[in-house]
Amino acid sequence: MCGKAGPAMRQFLDFEKPVAELESKIEELRHMTEPGGINIAEEVGRLTEKAERQLRATYARLTPWQKVQVARHPDRPRAGAFIAALITDFTPLAGDRAFADDTALLGGMGRFQGRPVMVLGTERGSDTESRVRHNFGMARPEGYRKARRLIELAGRFALPVLSFVDTPGAFPGIDAEARGQAEAIARAIEACLSAPVPVVATIIGEGGSGGAIALAAGDRVLMLEHAVYSVISPEGCASILWRDAAAAPAAAEALRLTADDLHRLHLVDQVIGEPLGGAQRDPEATFRAVGEAIGAALDPLLGLDPATLLARRAEKFLEMGRAV
Amino acid sequence: MSWLTEFVRPKIRTLFARREVPDNLWHQCPACQQMIFATDLAANLKVCPHCGHHMRAGAVERLGWTFDPDSFTRIELPKVAADPLRFRDQKRYVDRLKEAREKTHLEDAVAVAHGTIGGRRAVVVAMEFAFMGGSMGAAVGEAIVAAARLAVLQEAPLIVFTASGGARMQEGALSLMQMPKTVLAVRLVKQAGLPFLTVLTDPTTGGVTASFAMLGDVQIAEPGALIGFAGARVIEQTVHEKLPEGFQRAEYLAAHGIIDMVVKRTELRETLVRILGLLQPGEIPAAA
Ligand SMILES: [Zn+2]
Repeated sequence: MCGKAGPAMRQFLDFEKPVAELESKIEELRHMTEPGGINIAEEVGRLTEKAERQLRATYARLTPWQKVQVARHPDRPRAGAFIAALITDFTPLAGDRAFADDTALLGGMGRFQGRPVMVLGTERGSDTESRVRHNFGMARPEGYRKARRLIELAGRFALPVLSFVDTPGAFPGIDAEARGQAEAIARAIEACLSAPVPVVATIIGEGGSGGAIALAAGDRVLMLEHAVYSVISPEGCASILWRDAAAAPAAAEALRLTADDLHRLHLVDQVIGEPLGGAQRDPEATFRAVGEAIGAALDPLLGLDPATLLARRAEKFLEMGRAV
Repeated sequence: MSWLTEFVRPKIRTLFARREVPDNLWHQCPACQQMIFATDLAANLKVCPHCGHHMRAGAVERLGWTFDPDSFTRIELPKVAADPLRFRDQKRYVDRLKEAREKTHLEDAVAVAHGTIGGRRAVVVAMEFAFMGGSMGAAVGEAIVAAARLAVLQEAPLIVFTASGGARMQEGALSLMQMPKTVLAVRLVKQAGLPFLTVLTDPTTGGVTASFAMLGDVQIAEPGALIGFAGARVIEQTVHEKLPEGFQRAEYLAAHGIIDMVVKRTELRETLVRILGLLQPGEIPAAA
């Protein structure tokens, strides 16, 4: 799905090919040391402008299936990177106190804009080694049980809960089923809905089904512009309803899984804009935008008493799908 | 096996194998292939008298098996946003809904009723697998919330019979949001100090298992019922391992401590009556 080319071995998606070609041409020109440098500089400027126009045009009309590719982009910043950028004094906490520590699910305390918070995130990893270590962001029951434990801890010490969701889904494994994957997810959702503190969830990449909602039943649910959030992967949906996994682009369209779709359906509260060409092109700007959005979402919640907070959170989810 | 089942039934089967037997007079057990006389099967609550196989049951017959005779009233399901995604795959969602309604005579994949069980008031939710695989969309979510509110109002326990392939894909992320919604419904019942019992029937998977189904104060399953989060095929493709014998069956879940007990359908009602009596000993049975 991805090819490597251009500056700093940037990875390009198939539909970014025209941009990739322009950028590699620019790079070639930059390395030319012939006389007549002024013309080259002019040409570089012209091509750079063209590449940006191309990128803007491509990203202005991404199809849902293309968004899925962007959400899964190998260079896209992962939960751990968001935590590193936005949380100071981060103190990881580990384990479900019953079976294991799940490295697919990051958790710990820290400070967000100076205020102590509890942080949760599903981590997919950024290279082969870390992807394997984090099980590609697919948590097992012990991960969701750790989340539940930390949410309850947050409640006791009045720490707002911030979650960063990026997961293909809960891990579908024999061991996970044997240890009660479904129960662990149900209890994590229950913990989100019972926390007497603000819960702000941000879908930063792929919001995959039950494994995502386990951490996202919050007061405010934010979603990055090119993130996706769905009840089933487009591939899974295609193989069931179309009986053909190749129908994934059609399924992605039908599922209404883009940030704009979810916002329109009132299932997420806010869409956070991404830098031109996606979060992977400028992670720092992405972290800043997400930090600002979380701060703005959290602020009005901090003044609410627990009863009001819980009642409003409940009402928000009870309303979803009700006849208007 | 008796002489009757070994000899007489197969003979009857060959005798009437062609057109003489109306389809609804005899049923064949999908597990042991024996023929069962329809009235025998009904009297045995759709459990094969030969091998004990529990066949899938409809939501409405569930209600009849569970409540005291003639004691229950079904409630109308709350109206929900119809096809908010305008979903279509090879078929339109609205057409699938229409077909399912005609087939099951239900509005959606669930029926809700209140009545008495062993003389005690109770609210029961029964899911209908024949309605789009018992999938949970907004209608099922709303039905469970309505049932929970009714239970609180009547100070009655809530019992849910699950049968579901999971979330309803045709409602996209909206169906996913029914998970927190139904968890909230369970919370309402529990906060009112009322029992919430789940009876997991074949099959119960996906988003239904990972929400209200697994939050029962007491969790019962029918023998052999398939219960799990992920589908067997997805697991096989992910882990490239052969699934263990009896994987995700009721007995497997009991062995792994995920449910309290496996109860035969013919003993379910008396089990529920006993449990409710233990959880609410002070309750005065409702007048009939
Ligand atoms: Zn049989």
